[in-house]
Amino acid sequence: MRTTKQREIAATLEAGIWRRRHVLDLDDFTSEEVELVLETADAMKEVLSREIKKVPTLRGKTVVTLFCEPSTRTRVSFEQAAKNLSADVINLGASGSSVEKGESLIDTARTLQALGADAIVMRHYHAGAPYLMARHTDVSVINGGDGCHAHPTQGLLDLYTVRDHLGTVAGAKVVIIGDITHSRVARSNIWGLSKMGAEVVLSAPPTLLPVGLSIPYFPEIVVEQNLDRAVEGADVIIPLRLQRERQKGGLLPSLREYVQLYQLDAKRLAKAKPNALVLHPGPMNEGVEITREVAHGAQSVIEEQVTNGVAVRMALLYLLLGGAQ
Amino acid sequence: MSEKVILDEEEIRRALTRIAHEIVERNHGCDGIVFIGMHTRGVPLSRRIAANIKEFERSEIPIGVLDISLYRDDLPSLGVQPFLRPTTIPTDIAGKSVILVDDVLYTGRSIRAAMDALIDLGRPQSIQLAVLVDRGHRELPIRADYVGKNMPTSRYEEVVVHLNETDGRDEVAIIKKR
Repeated sequence: MRTTKQREIAATLEAGIWRRRHVLDLDDFTSEEVELVLETADAMKEVLSREIKKVPTLRGKTVVTLFCEPSTRTRVSFEQAAKNLSADVINLGASGSSVEKGESLIDTARTLQALGADAIVMRHYHAGAPYLMARHTDVSVINGGDGCHAHPTQGLLDLYTVRDHLGTVAGAKVVIIGDITHSRVARSNIWGLSKMGAEVVLSAPPTLLPVGLSIPYFPEIVVEQNLDRAVEGADVIIPLRLQRERQKGGLLPSLREYVQLYQLDAKRLAKAKPNALVLHPGPMNEGVEITREVAHGAQSVIEEQVTNGVAVRMALLYLLLGGAQ
Repeated sequence: MSEKVILDEEEIRRALTRIAHEIVERNHGCDGIVFIGMHTRGVPLSRRIAANIKEFERSEIPIGVLDISLYRDDLPSLGVQPFLRPTTIPTDIAGKSVILVDDVLYTGRSIRAAMDALIDLGRPQSIQLAVLVDRGHRELPIRADYVGKNMPTSRYEEVVVHLNETDGRDEVAIIKKR
């Protein structure tokens, strides 16, 4: 079964379906492209299981990480992914680079291109910044999170993790809880999950749901404000980090009320399917959106997500930089 | 374009039986042998040789599967990246006699890539090579230890291997491209 599927994907690859130079969001991915990334990540996971986790594939290629917002896992994960493939990695932050002196993104992109970068992994506090960069350079741009807009590699690694456990994403009921408005993870996940045939349910207080979310783009998305009802029969539950740095506008009456109504605890988890998976994009506020017990419980695959993240990013770097440019 | 069959089903079966005997003879039995089939058609070939050996030696030889794409030296010039399939090695290959199995030996470049990949996985005691067809035109100092059929070819010819498991029939043919 799997091999027939693999043969189909191999055929699409040979037919030149993968023509992508940038990875900016999952909205423009076809399901074949997603499937190709996930299959390639399977092969990368084998490399990660070795004692020496390094293959020579991207020797001589340079990957620049440009992070203008704090990040541990995404940046380190990309760095690890690139190094596992033998690429050279240059890490840039907003402070310590000319971005601080006010160099525009366009100039930064051109400079990095002139310096021989083959890919730029970028995180920026403004939505759309990676798109701007991609328009002004021949270098591959990978969005590592832009403002409240998109985080495609997180979306892909979540898809990979779900598929790894359930065998397929299609038909799975996935509940995303919390601050949807400010969550780029939620946005990319909604694109990715619905594209791959999952049933996506959002559960959040109305103040944390974007206005008009379900109407133009996502007719199939279900919103269920009552979390107890939302998690019934769920296969996958993703509580989002309550982004306290983005909560200054008085969108929540109190943290206590949020915890009472939207925290994923053992009692609520018990209402989902018996082996339902718990994912979290990290970093977690334990005791806020998730209890310690659930975060580290038997159903939690949060640590696996981190490993899978490296595999998925290796897959993307291979697909973007592996062949002739 | 003209096509000429160089091995039919029966001849493939005989060649693989002979290779199985040669492997056991050269290695003084089956101890410490691991088969590594190279994607795609090396995989069923390695299974068939192992099945032959099981028949007359009654011992089970571990079989691994190797994808060499990550080690290819022509990646930067390929227009389309090869599709990666997972490598699965069932046992620690350190200290073992690894027998690489592939369908056609040609330039030797994929065998070079396979040897690099294997050595990254552990330090085998030796690496031997079994192929169904050796068509010549080596570009690297590599030779096969076990050969189903030596077939001198021209560079304008293509050797096409069909196996039951992957293609629905057993046959090796040479296609003249002009």
